[in-house]
Amino acid sequence: MATFLLELVSPEKLLLSRQVEMTTIPAVEGEMGVLAGHAPMIVALKGGVIRVREGGNETVALFVAGGFAEVSPDRVTVLADDATPLAQLSRATSERKLAEAEAALAAAADAEPEKREAAQLRVLSAQAAVAAAEAA
Amino acid sequence: MASLKDLRGRINSVKSTRKITQAMKMVAAAKLRRAQAQAEAARPYAERMEQILASLGAAVAGAPGAPRLLVGSGADKVHLLVVVTADRGLAGPFNTQVGRLARARIRTLEAEGKQVKVLTVGRKGAAFLKREFASRIVAEVTFANKKRVEFEDAEAVAQTIAGMLDQGGFDVCSLLYNRFRNVISQIPTEQRLIPAPLPEGPAQAASGPQAQYEYEPTEEEILATLLPRNLAIQLYRAILESAAGEHGARMNAMDNATRNAGEMINKLTLNYNRTRQANITRELIEIISGAEAV
Repeated sequence: MATFLLELVSPEKLLLSRQVEMTTIPAVEGEMGVLAGHAPMIVALKGGVIRVREGGNETVALFVAGGFAEVSPDRVTVLADDATPLAQLSRATSERKLAEAEAALAAAADAEPEKREAAQLRVLSAQAAVAAAEAA
Repeated sequence: MASLKDLRGRINSVKSTRKITQAMKMVAAAKLRRAQAQAEAARPYAERMEQILASLGAAVAGAPGAPRLLVGSGADKVHLLVVVTADRGLAGPFNTQVGRLARARIRTLEAEGKQVKVLTVGRKGAAFLKREFASRIVAEVTFANKKRVEFEDAEAVAQTIAGMLDQGGFDVCSLLYNRFRNVISQIPTEQRLIPAPLPEGPAQAASGPQAQYEYEPTEEEILATLLPRNLAIQLYRAILESAAGEHGARMNAMDNATRNAGEMINKLTLNYNRTRQANITRELIEIISGAEAV
């Protein structure tokens, strides 16, 4: 099967850089599966799980809190805000983060719309983290 | 001439100084390795970010109503200098280097009749600039109580800066920090943050046939989240580079100090032995001449 170069970077490090067959990324407007030869795109990501398939099996699953991805026919670059391997995602920490995000949203109740929106996004991303931790 | 006891005391005190500087050197070397790895790990993200920003920014920058983080406020009156230094001293010229650069910048800008505001990251820079420019310092940030600077810390600083921009607090923002070139050389550098220096658009063409990207959601929305992130990334990179540089500079300074202490000990020991010998000789002469007199 045709492969493409997948690069997964977070601000703290380069997490992955190798040839893969397929990846699923959580774009803001819905999950998106990418195969080799995809049309060039730049997408924003929401909180969710990035899955990678190699040799017919799912080999990597990482939770990202948000970020961007640049898709071109022969490579995909994911700029993740904060990436955690699914196996290391603990339910307790993600629930704590969710509580924090909800508190921040409550505090931003009468702030400007942009700030409220940002807080809202954080809550959604934290909710996705809890859901992913539960499923894992 | 110093007595034997004095000399012994001095030799001992220099020896313990040498022990301390040697230990500090070792600690700095260990920390340097970690800081350097961290700085290098952060590089790919910043590079990819630049690529995406280049393809996006070129399209939007010319349009009216472009985001302020990208094009600034259009004026050139109030300058914000973000000065990144270490929290601790004893690192040779590391902190003064940036401090001096900042001082020179502030003076030239003010000579041109511009208003200057300063945001310091790291205690040493704040201490250095306070002597002369206390009234210009608008905020101080320190990571002294942190073991490791996380991306969130840089993000918080970036938010402060973006907030100031929104309120019209400044027009142009520059970053002053020590760029880590190698262990023995750190270069004080100035980098413009806002308005963002756009990489040349056509450079993209080198990566094969110019890709026509589709955006999801719209370009503006992506840019609106990408720009604050880019600001945070630039800061994060500067902070990490500065941290690596700090340990490199300290290692170097402590290496020199250890060597100087060693030289001093040799000199003092020589002096000590000479004095001891002179005392013995003198005593012998006294005894002999005493015996001859009998």
